[in-house]
Amino acid sequence: MIYRTVGQFKTSYASDQALFPVRQDAFLLGIILLFAWVIFPLTASEFAFQTLLIPILIYALAAMGLNILTGYAGQLSLGTGAFMGVGAYACYKLITIFPWMNPVVAILLSGIFSAGVGVVFGIPSLRIKGFYLAIATLAAQFFLVWLFEKWSWLYNDNASGAIQVPNLDMFGVFVAGPQAASITQYFVVLAIVSLMTVLCINLTRGNQGRIWKATRDMDIAAELIGINLMKSKLTAFAVSSYIIGVSGALFVFMWRGAAEPNLFDIPLSFRVLFIAIIGGLGSIMGNYLGAILIVGLPVVLNIVPEAIGLDIKSATVEHLNIMIVGALIVFFLIIEPHGLAALWRLVREKLILWPFPH
Amino acid sequence: MNALAGNYTTADGRKIGGVMMEMKNITLKFGGVTAISDISFDIHEGEIRAIIGPNGAGKSSMLNVISGFYHPQEGEVWFRGKKRPPMKPYEVARQGVARTFQNIALFDGMSTLDNIMTGRLTHMKAPMWRQALWWGGAEAEEVVNRRQVEKIIDFLEIQHIRKTPVGRLPYGLKKRVELARALAAEPKLLLLDEPMAGMNVEEKEDMSRFILDVNDEFGTTIALIEHDMGVVMDLSDRVVVMDYGRKIGDGTPDEVRKNQDVIDAYLGVEH
Repeated sequence: MIYRTVGQFKTSYASDQALFPVRQDAFLLGIILLFAWVIFPLTASEFAFQTLLIPILIYALAAMGLNILTGYAGQLSLGTGAFMGVGAYACYKLITIFPWMNPVVAILLSGIFSAGVGVVFGIPSLRIKGFYLAIATLAAQFFLVWLFEKWSWLYNDNASGAIQVPNLDMFGVFVAGPQAASITQYFVVLAIVSLMTVLCINLTRGNQGRIWKATRDMDIAAELIGINLMKSKLTAFAVSSYIIGVSGALFVFMWRGAAEPNLFDIPLSFRVLFIAIIGGLGSIMGNYLGAILIVGLPVVLNIVPEAIGLDIKSATVEHLNIMIVGALIVFFLIIEPHGLAALWRLVREKLILWPFPH
Repeated sequence: MNALAGNYTTADGRKIGGVMMEMKNITLKFGGVTAISDISFDIHEGEIRAIIGPNGAGKSSMLNVISGFYHPQEGEVWFRGKKRPPMKPYEVARQGVARTFQNIALFDGMSTLDNIMTGRLTHMKAPMWRQALWWGGAEAEEVVNRRQVEKIIDFLEIQHIRKTPVGRLPYGLKKRVELARALAAEPKLLLLDEPMAGMNVEEKEDMSRFILDVNDEFGTTIALIEHDMGVVMDLSDRVVVMDYGRKIGDGTPDEVRKNQDVIDAYLGVEH
């Protein structure tokens, strides 16, 4: 009933291709934006910023990058963690070499480095596909993490082998480092993630998106209708790695505050891949839904036993966590193999038709 | 050879132009197997040219040579008066050669509309950063091309499935969407690989009508492979007959029908 589309007529192709052909969608997004920009910052606690809001946004961005590559262009990748690392280390070097640089500019620039690295490791995709390509990107994963460890220039030769985010200010306000307030960092992350999301939506709904999807769905036909497969795959690697790189820089500079090489190891790659798969491959909104589930669920599971007065050891909670998250992943994949985004699409379709079944 | 040579008028009074594509002594081998041996034929501007032959005759290989998917070991391909250097399939497509496939090759994850829009991509020039901003001509380009696509959707009578994911469509409609995608590119030469395979009589009649209409309204040159002899003989202006990778006949449907080699190939010979 809420989703009635009656009376919303399209009189031009532009309006039919608009971002929100259905008015209610725009309204819904308005509410979400209101929460994200106004209500959360006013109400959220330090704990909520650090364990939910900021990581959800950053993971959603990383998954969005992976989704461009895997969900839209159909190239399987297991190197996400390492590409996030490239972004983080590039940002660290930029900040230490050019201390006067605006941190946001440094974060956005650091994506370019991971885009370059991504293209290099994307070259095998021109000859191999599917699982074999996944193995090739796995090589990138191992090689890059090894490089983060061994190439001491990357972490300025400090003894710990880790990178430490210094205090960075923008117009007199600390945005990164120990002195930065969570709320400032949240706004920086939110602004960057929002911007990237808009660009991604536009890219994937236009010609480039169709080129990627054609490459994914049937590469031979794609080539025979005039798509340069090499260009299509490498632009996907570049755009995807850029976004992943930016998310990696945000990951360290706006959230973790410090990073060791093994932070970017394969568990991180899998975490982002899970988010993308559970959220829905080939969907932008799905990344947010997946990130909310994967990041939010452990937090909820941690709080619930305490809240209802159950006395469980924290170690037990941790184990329960892993089991429940694992079970939920299997559950969601059985219910809807195309992810939460597809589930939402289904619900929305039903709502538009409600109360009629067809 | 003069590009304008060989004009002729068909039996139904259509004027056919000069040579558009010419295959000269094409030989294609896969290892020890010779798929096509020393075949020459031409396709004229505006004509409907059929390639027929028994299974395994090398027809699809021939189409793949034309669309640049296979590169022949010997022989030359001439397109619009110029010898074509070895090209990637996407470069051939950008020269104005579009095709459909024997086994449907649509992009299953996209709607009918998006599938047909991919056919327009050789006409879309906005760079990626403009598309990302949806500004600076990117949206306008999208709308202009959408208008073209809508014309083709009207033409092929598939308005009702515009927003349906192609994976959900029945076979006959998929074939039509594939034709629409090829047409959206506004090709100079349209290659149809068994456009009527697996269709019932009604669907075949529809498809035949569309092929004739495309040729008539857009003036598109068409080369098609088809097994249904009735359809081939009715639709095409000239027919190439292949058997075991060799050309055994070439001419108007009537000439081909009387050709003894062709009759032998189709009906078999007593030894």
